[in-house]
Amino acid sequence: MKQINLIAIIILSTTFLFAQNKGLEIAKAADLADEGYGAYSVNLQMKLKNANGQESSRQMSTKGLEITDDGDKTLISFNSPKDVKGTAMLTYSHKTESDDQWLFLPAIKRVKRISSSNKSGPFMGSEFSYEDLGSQEVEKFTYKFIEETTLNNMKMAVVERYPVDSKSGYSKQITYYNLDKNYRTEKVEFYDRKEALLKTMEWIDYKLYNEKHWRASELFVVNHQSNKETRLIFKDYNFDIELKEDDFSQNSLKRASN
Amino acid sequence: MMVLIYAPSLLGQQKQKKYDFAFNIDLGFDNILFFQEAAYQDQLQWYPSVYAKPKFNINWNESKSNITFEGFVRADINGDSRTHWDVRELYYQYYKNNFDFSIGLKKIFWGKTEGVHLVDVINQVDFLEGADGEEKLGQPMLQLSYSSKLGTFTGFALPYTRQIVFGNEAGRPRTPSIITADKVTFESEMDEWQPTFALRWAHFIGDADIGLHYFYGNAREPLILFSPQGEFSLQYPVVHQVGIDYQHIVKNVLFKIESIYRSGNFDDIFAITGGVEYTFGNINKKGLDIGVLAEYVYDNRGVNIFSSLNNDVFVATRLAFNNVTGIEILYGVFQDISKSTMLMRLEGSTRIGENFKITATGQGFFKVDETELVYLFRKDSFFELACIRYF
Repeated sequence: MKQINLIAIIILSTTFLFAQNKGLEIAKAADLADEGYGAYSVNLQMKLKNANGQESSRQMSTKGLEITDDGDKTLISFNSPKDVKGTAMLTYSHKTESDDQWLFLPAIKRVKRISSSNKSGPFMGSEFSYEDLGSQEVEKFTYKFIEETTLNNMKMAVVERYPVDSKSGYSKQITYYNLDKNYRTEKVEFYDRKEALLKTMEWIDYKLYNEKHWRASELFVVNHQSNKETRLIFKDYNFDIELKEDDFSQNSLKRASN
Repeated sequence: MMVLIYAPSLLGQQKQKKYDFAFNIDLGFDNILFFQEAAYQDQLQWYPSVYAKPKFNINWNESKSNITFEGFVRADINGDSRTHWDVRELYYQYYKNNFDFSIGLKKIFWGKTEGVHLVDVINQVDFLEGADGEEKLGQPMLQLSYSSKLGTFTGFALPYTRQIVFGNEAGRPRTPSIITADKVTFESEMDEWQPTFALRWAHFIGDADIGLHYFYGNAREPLILFSPQGEFSLQYPVVHQVGIDYQHIVKNVLFKIESIYRSGNFDDIFAITGGVEYTFGNINKKGLDIGVLAEYVYDNRGVNIFSSLNNDVFVATRLAFNNVTGIEILYGVFQDISKSTMLMRLEGSTRIGENFKITATGQGFFKVDETELVYLFRKDSFFELACIRYF
């Protein structure tokens, strides 16, 4: 009897380890599939809709630089609403330690280093949190493979991932990786710290750039607890832009407000 | 046939000519209401005014070159004490690789702390826009900046010094007697044209951001001189100044410090400020961030400075709702440690729709000690409400 228990434990823990390994393998494969994009620029429109259906909109533009041995560098500048026009945010993301982040306030021309540890809060009143918009490094989660399934007639790997950072606003994220389309993410279901379903994020209308990099034309989030929605619409993706680390300095942050 | 030949070359020309132009203007309607009756003759209790901030920017050469302009004009409705205009910025900028060059009028901000800005010494304050000195006048300059792995090195040549404009008899706050041109002198024989230079090194190492500077030339802050008869006058001295500003982030805690040492033909000036800021993030799960801040400021000039912040504690709290209308509220108090003086500041703002904003500002002077210079402003506690339309 004892022996059977032991065997059961071994089988169970092997399955668990297997699920963990396979989850991590898929996340790594997805990361590798998108490696080598170099640099990009894109214009963003964010459409917010509250529970009563009232809409408002924000415009911004983003530049990004891939750093192979660390997290990416990104520069976001805001165009609307007009009272925040010229505000810009520079982020050096890191694989494990917290990101470095600077904000440029155009009215007083001040560059301010901000703490990136409060990242569970919403980004400009949207249903995106700062952590949703940061670079999704493999090392920021632990993983568990759940199953293979189909979504929109395509084969998916369903993987649960658990944020490593205790400051994260989530207990887990159920991620759908598209096995037919080079591991691109189709959907993520976010669970809050109380393990309740918080929101669903969907990637809509994917396009292939430079024959390798899948980018969605739209990111759609529904908050199931507040019934609010946010659409992030990507326009004019440019992967041919030449950017260097100099384009992500504090001087460039000040220039980005122009 | 002709069309076919010409069409591609026309397209090519259009591509090379590519430039971006943006124009924006903020229009504001502003009311200041003073709680107490005026201390001095001709001062009013209610100051309504309108203002405009036009801005434009032209970018070309793949954004490597740009010309940027920011103007400011305010007109009083029932007087002229705050009526003035200024070119905040009008410069040409060019950058290539690690180099960044600007020529023209510019605003520069240095520093880390929130209560006082000791190291922020490039621009003159726009006193008519507020005695707190947060608004600055445009400064003519040549600026060359070099970014490297060892930080950003910036040199400034500042050919002209702008004086503080204190306003007329109807101005509030003001000194009992108006500061007229005959009461203001420069130590330098070249007056405003004394060549002034500054060097700054700024860098970040891990979670720390550090800045060091050296400044030589006309100080922006005049010395306050008293004649044997008790009459006071202002003099802009020629100074050497060194300073440091430092911030260190440990999770949600920010440690900040700034210090300056200024010397010349006067008693050396030493000032230091520093403190801690802590943010409780997303406390209601709807995005409300509450920041609490405590800073101390010391200045060896004692009571002989305009701000009267020489041995004071600054305690403040900042609420950022991170909601659709972007509501923010800031409340801060300076309490003098050895005297009764307490200065209070309240700032709140919310967006209305996409293009309007309402801002509310309160300033309080309480139990002001009569040895301090802000004693002259003791009756000038006010509430300000502004509505801004962005175009």
